Amino acid sequence: MYVIIAGCGRVGSTMARQLAAEGHDLVVIDEDPGSFTLLGDDFPGQRLVGQAIDWDVLREAGIEGADAFAAATDGDNTNIVCALIAARAFEVPCPVARVYDPRRAGVFARNGIRTVCPTDEAQVMMIDAVHECPAANGES
Amino acid sequence: MFVLIVGAGKVGLNVARSLSPLGHEFVLIEQRRSRYNLLGAELEDHLQLGDGTEMWVLEKAGIGRADLVVAVTGDDEDNVVIAQLAKLEYGVPKVVARVNNPRNQPTFDLLDVDSTICATTLMLSMIQHELPVHQFVPLLSMHRENMELVEIEVSEDSPAAYLGIDDIRLPAGVLVAAIMRDGTTLLARGSEELRPGDQLLCLLAPGKEKALIGAMLPSRRPEDVQAETSIDSLDE
Repeated sequence: MYVIIAGCGRVGSTMARQLAAEGHDLVVIDEDPGSFTLLGDDFPGQRLVGQAIDWDVLREAGIEGADAFAAATDGDNTNIVCALIAARAFEVPCPVARVYDPRRAGVFARNGIRTVCPTDEAQVMMIDAVHECPAANGES
Repeated sequence: MFVLIVGAGKVGLNVARSLSPLGHEFVLIEQRRSRYNLLGAELEDHLQLGDGTEMWVLEKAGIGRADLVVAVTGDDEDNVVIAQLAKLEYGVPKVVARVNNPRNQPTFDLLDVDSTICATTLMLSMIQHELPVHQFVPLLSMHRENMELVEIEVSEDSPAAYLGIDDIRLPAGVLVAAIMRDGTTLLARGSEELRPGDQLLCLLAPGKEKALIGAMLPSRRPEDVQAETSIDSLDE
């Protein structure tokens, strides 16, 4: 599978290393070349410096033949916009964006891209954790 | 009309100031506290502090009853998202957005923003308009209206030179609206003879540029003229 990841932070770089280890072809885009140190020296994929909302940068990353596009930059709106471009302009079959704001994540999940909302995930897990404490189960 | 403006920089503030005397109602959303504090005395309850890409901020500002949303922040991603939310979630009838970097224009077009304004592209058109080397200058593009306004110069070797407007072979979908000659502008009448050096203001349907250039500037290949006026190489 040919996968493009926008944003080489903790999530982007970990995803890229994991998917590359599984044998997929990876391109990682970030506007800060220093961020690629997170990938390690042995990362087999391609590193591309540029802005992921720039169509020319996306073309250079090979978006016209990509199977999946994952946007994990530090900006919700950047992630939404580059995933929309991947979906609508380049017809990437699987465009995913990380969106911290649950409401915006909901709107765009209904309009052509897949969204992952860490805030929603975290709140579910935190509530589960509280439910698991002894006092919640009458063991006080 | 109720107008919601997101971004109270120079553009947003001046849009708001010009709407007020026309009797329109408006609310301006600004994210930066320093800017908000600075403008508070003038705008009072027309100004709201917050991130205009947050839906609760837009709702508090009244987006649900907005007739027009104007997204003029300094960030293109934010302007795109504001425009999308206005359309998709709130059914706002018309959205106008600012394009900060002309490289992002295709994204605004892709996502059906009604009207976009790019100061850099406009300025470039105006500069080309002032420079004699450019024989073809796109001046204004109205996507929704399906119309463009361009300027084209009549050269000495143009087949249109010394002919009346009615006698030149214009492609379908092109209208000569005015002739700029010797510093004055004449409304184009059918019998008016075109002279070398005349600059014609033409209205045309999108995509008719090359046909117009072909009809007016046969001595040069349309590709060459297009290349001169291309903004693709422009970067901020």
